[in-house]
Amino acid sequence: MNIALADDDEDDRLFFQEAIEMVPIKTKLSLFNNGRELMDYLNLPNIVLPNLVFLDLNMPIKGGMQCLREIRANPSLREVSIAIYSTSSSEQDIEDTFVNGANIYINKPSSFLSLREAIEKVLQIKWQYHTSNLNRENFLLRI
Amino acid sequence: MTIYVKYDFSITCEIIIREQLDLLGVDYLLHGIGEIQIRKTLTDDQHMNLVTALKKYGIEILDDQKLALVQRIKNAVDDMLADERSQLQKISAYLSEKLNYSYAHLSNHFSEATHSSIENYLILRKVDHVKDLISNSDLTLTEIAHRLNYSSVAHLSGQFKKTTGITPTTFQNILKKRRLQKELVRNTPT
Repeated sequence: MNIALADDDEDDRLFFQEAIEMVPIKTKLSLFNNGRELMDYLNLPNIVLPNLVFLDLNMPIKGGMQCLREIRANPSLREVSIAIYSTSSSEQDIEDTFVNGANIYINKPSSFLSLREAIEKVLQIKWQYHTSNLNRENFLLRI
Repeated sequence: MTIYVKYDFSITCEIIIREQLDLLGVDYLLHGIGEIQIRKTLTDDQHMNLVTALKKYGIEILDDQKLALVQRIKNAVDDMLADERSQLQKISAYLSEKLNYSYAHLSNHFSEATHSSIENYLILRKVDHVKDLISNSDLTLTEIAHRLNYSSVAHLSGQFKKTTGITPTTFQNILKKRRLQKELVRNTPT
């Protein structure tokens, strides 16, 4: 599966990269330093679209919420699943992202092990949605 | 003494594959590298034999057949969920009877190809069904629980929360708000 991550914190990106490499599901990860880099990439012609995008909410230049709205307003990105990856655990933030079309909400875990587990769970379920006759409109997951 | 050899992998592979298919006694055509057309479908036994025979040469049959069995398992799970009577049966008994394999075999096979277990798939599918009924019908949670053979609403809610991380009620609210928002966007003059 093709995965993208937009996060302005370098340590978080490295952490995420190490964790996803330890999950037995094969993935190809692309990293972006902020929302604008990600959106510029997604709007390029003839790219292989990521199956799943992880978005940090608080990023300079362009935040995760803005990316989420732009992705969901663009019909050619309809197939992309969106996971919000944030330190915020405010119920309001969580509900807002789901209402705006996010599929997954992950609170940034505090340990490497729980990050690895969270990513593995997300990828497993995403894989099932990818390959089975499940209703993608209703794909909501909170970890 | 040292001697040097030079070899052509594609010839080597072709000969091995021919030998093994001849042993099975099936009719086949080799279409260049990597594609073999077999005139009749292999029985599952023949397929297994071929996999084992080729494996020791480092030749692997690609996933199609594997995926086909996975698909059959998924279909059987869906059938089971659609049929109220069969839900009283255990999933392991139902699947091994229906697909004619031991449950251990099916289960290993499924986990290898899909990164998750048959039980997880069954729950995911069931919860998906609940979601469909919540979003497209006027049934109450009690009615949904009854219809999908949950022992109680609490059991349904528990499984829903465990699988999705949110409660059925939150899910329902999110869907409602999504719809409202879509209408809002549609009715906003641009």
